[in-house]
Amino acid sequence: MKRPPKDTEESARRISRRAMLMGGAQMAFAGVLVLRMRQLQLGQSEEFRLLAEENRINIRLLPPSRGLIADRNGNLLAQNVQNYRIVLVREDAGEPRAALERLAQLIPLTADEIDRAERDIMRHRPFVPVTIADQLNWEEVARVAANAPALPGITPEVGLSRFYPFGAEFAHTVGYVGPVSERDLEARENPDPLLMIPRFQIGKIGVEREYEDILRGSAGHRRIEVNAVGREMRELDRQEGDAGANVQLTLDRALQAFTLARLGEDSAAAAVIEVQTGNILALASAPSFDPNLFVRGISVADFAALRDNDHRPMSNKTVQGAYPPGSTFKPVTALAAFDARLATPDERVFCPGYIEVSNRRFHCWNRGGHGRVNLTSALAESCDVYFYEMAQRVGIDRINAMAERMGLGFRYELPLSGISSGLNPSREWKRERRDAEWVVGDTINASIGQGYVLTTPLQLAVMTARIATGRAILPRLVHAIDDVEQPVPEYPQLGLDPAALAQVQRGMWEVSNSNRGTAYGSRIVSADLRMAGKTGTSQVFSITAAERAAGIRRQDQLPWNRRDHALFICYAPDTDPRYAVSVVVEHGGGGSSVAAPIARDIILAAQNGGLPPVEAYPAPQRNRIESMIRAISDQIGPAATPETGRRRA
Amino acid sequence: MSYLEYNVKRSPSGLRKVLYVNWVLVLLLSAVACVGFLQLYSVSGGDFSRWAEPQMQRFALSITVMFVIAFVPLWFWRSMAGMAYAVSVLLLLGVEFFGSIGMGAQRWLELGPIRLQPSEMTKITVIMAIAAYYDWLDIRKVSHPLWVGVALLIILVPAFLVVKQPDLGTALLIIGGGGMVMFFAGVSLWYFGGVIALVVGLISVVFASRGTSWQLLHDYQFRRIDTFLDPSLDPLGTSYHINQAMIALGSGGLSGRGFMQGTQSRLNFLPEKQTDFIFNTLAEEFGFIGGVFLLALYVGIIVTCVVAAMQSRNRFAALLILGIASNFFLYFAVNMAMVMGLAPVVGVPLPLVSYGGSAMLMILIGFGLVQSACIHRPRERA
Repeated sequence: MKRPPKDTEESARRISRRAMLMGGAQMAFAGVLVLRMRQLQLGQSEEFRLLAEENRINIRLLPPSRGLIADRNGNLLAQNVQNYRIVLVREDAGEPRAALERLAQLIPLTADEIDRAERDIMRHRPFVPVTIADQLNWEEVARVAANAPALPGITPEVGLSRFYPFGAEFAHTVGYVGPVSERDLEARENPDPLLMIPRFQIGKIGVEREYEDILRGSAGHRRIEVNAVGREMRELDRQEGDAGANVQLTLDRALQAFTLARLGEDSAAAAVIEVQTGNILALASAPSFDPNLFVRGISVADFAALRDNDHRPMSNKTVQGAYPPGSTFKPVTALAAFDARLATPDERVFCPGYIEVSNRRFHCWNRGGHGRVNLTSALAESCDVYFYEMAQRVGIDRINAMAERMGLGFRYELPLSGISSGLNPSREWKRERRDAEWVVGDTINASIGQGYVLTTPLQLAVMTARIATGRAILPRLVHAIDDVEQPVPEYPQLGLDPAALAQVQRGMWEVSNSNRGTAYGSRIVSADLRMAGKTGTSQVFSITAAERAAGIRRQDQLPWNRRDHALFICYAPDTDPRYAVSVVVEHGGGGSSVAAPIARDIILAAQNGGLPPVEAYPAPQRNRIESMIRAISDQIGPAATPETGRRRA
Repeated sequence: MSYLEYNVKRSPSGLRKVLYVNWVLVLLLSAVACVGFLQLYSVSGGDFSRWAEPQMQRFALSITVMFVIAFVPLWFWRSMAGMAYAVSVLLLLGVEFFGSIGMGAQRWLELGPIRLQPSEMTKITVIMAIAAYYDWLDIRKVSHPLWVGVALLIILVPAFLVVKQPDLGTALLIIGGGGMVMFFAGVSLWYFGGVIALVVGLISVVFASRGTSWQLLHDYQFRRIDTFLDPSLDPLGTSYHINQAMIALGSGGLSGRGFMQGTQSRLNFLPEKQTDFIFNTLAEEFGFIGGVFLLALYVGIIVTCVVAAMQSRNRFAALLILGIASNFFLYFAVNMAMVMGLAPVVGVPLPLVSYGGSAMLMILIGFGLVQSACIHRPRERA
């Protein structure tokens, strides 16, 4: 269509005008864009650069190596071993199921493990390495490494894991580590970021737990550059952490092994301490368990077996178990009386086999009576009536005070779990806890370590050490931290009348050295190894009238958990005491027949620095003892090496 | 035109056309494309074959297409305008009915080996159609409501089909491009003022209704509008991307962090780094200077086009050049405003720089028309 030129001119002018207008608007908008760029890139660039750095840099923690735990001779009780494991990265491995099945041809993997690994893999993002098998041995790792080209995305790795070479021997004292739980985190005010590392292990019981902060060390870190999905692109720098401190305990591995083995199948506890220093040489609670099971992750069945065992393997009976001390408490009653000058050691008390107090009859264990007894014979023969008499004279307040002086009724500061304070009863205690007034019968029961009195085996050993030395010994478990020896405190004198203390010691000597003594059968004949001791048989339940009617007269006719506890305390050598031992056998029966022989073997082992010497035993017993010692020494193995390799299904 | 004029002025023909190609425009377009190759090479982490190489191949193809179109006389394109428009509307309908078979892939139409994006093509054909329409229309009638209504229909029919795909961003670009040609054609400013007033009024009425008894939209629809306008309300979704994009841009500073040194881009913090957000990688690595340089190239293209349009005495040619240029402007203006946090995130690529063949081909087809208009402008014989 032809248009008149005028139209064309008009059209061109109009278009030009509008083009200028719109062009101007567009330039203006471009100007706005420049201003915006200026604002962001020049005005706020520092701010944004900081944000970009924060985006880019990620800090990953490097777990430090955990401090080692050794015994007094440097035997490692807890060590770190290399743990070979296999990790899989999904995005490199392709289909996980197929990859796992290829791997299963090289290392044993059960169908369950494959299923679990597959679930784990799918839960994480594709670039996250997931551990699919650990605790492999070198051969298995080598097989996987050799087949690397056929196994994309699957790599062997090495890490550290805790290992307890002596297994069950130190399960209660050294304890064990396990993965951090929710409860562990909640219990901490401001948890170390290390604890957030998946599968990080911390102490769960014993020294491992109580010294967690010392043993753990401090985390190292590496700064890495990551991309938007968090994948590591490269490492920028790396700073290794500080390893945890090594802890050397006062325990003696050989003696600990012997002690635990000697306790055998019984539910029992024994403590050995050095009387001058308070150093704990052995602290055995039987039966025990293998702490390595917990490090690897204990199976439900294994855990149920430990939990349901009526001998309570997981309990550390040496400090957690509180038992009526029975007659082992008698030295405390005697010392309370002499210290208050309400009796003299030579004073004789007539024992008709019982006494009557406020119309109630309290029997001596020997219903026929001991006749006239003084302190030494009362201790040696364990006459109850003598102490009933003393108890009435001194009263509970002085007995309570003396028990405390002898180290009973309070918690020791030791890096052990669940330490019990035992129970040193007093009038206030009974008023508060039982809402009743203290009566003289309570005092009479307390005087022979029955009634309310409860002590732990370790408390009994401390008490024995205090009797042996007359000083306020306290137990010690830690010898050195990172080779810095922990000072032995100067233990103050207890301020007991030396003559009275000597008489008590004499009485305890007669227990195992006089033919009247309750533990004469467990005497030591070597003059330089002889011990002084005290038997105890503490009643848990009385034989009921119904049982008596059914013809039950003796302990061994009762069900196991109703029988008496057997106790024995001793120190040796008698002239210059070095070691104190306490033994409690739960529901074991009699102190003299069950506990004393065990304690004798242990204190001989302690003095001999190895196994007990056969010649220290009375000649008629030597054959039997020799075979027993041989059996025990066969039972004690050398330090185990970490069990590696997959358990074949 | 008189016979005399025909004798004095004539369009170049044959190989002489090469002399009349607007080489400044070709140079500017190539420069922008080169910036694109450089950035694609950078964001791929030095992997030439990943993005940069295919992009170069596409550019080579597209610029060839541009020259072919450029050498075809403009009158041919003018007569093709109606046909092209009709074909693109048909293709949009085809996408509507056949594209829906492929799951969620409505924007594409599979034509043998080529995946055709009719909505992309529609941006050009609408401009051609409107330009041809106003070339045909008597200049005295441009502001007559009836004839304005016809123009609106030409624009809104394809725009509506694109909205249904749904692709709101492209639909707005189509409306914007067509509207601008109407503006250049001389449609009374009252219409534009009226439309702006109407849109502003409608929006404010809808917002004013919020929380009242006569609320016009559901609450969830308002919430969607809220997050659309302010991505920080949806911190895990869109806002993460735009924040990362701003960090990339801002951390560039004056001179940038250096070629291939942009941590945001290289470490994948930046979303869509090779397509919609490629400007941020440029701004991160070359800073304010780099960003302004690219913007200057774009502005240069616009200025060149405006100058060419003003030189042209042919109404269709002028409107076409201005329409294509405005379309191009809308592309980079919306994209840049979006990546700088000035506009909501809508999927508009940075023209000639973002990775992608369809948009590049259509843009260069558009500039082929511009070149055709430049070449075939009647000139005094040299």
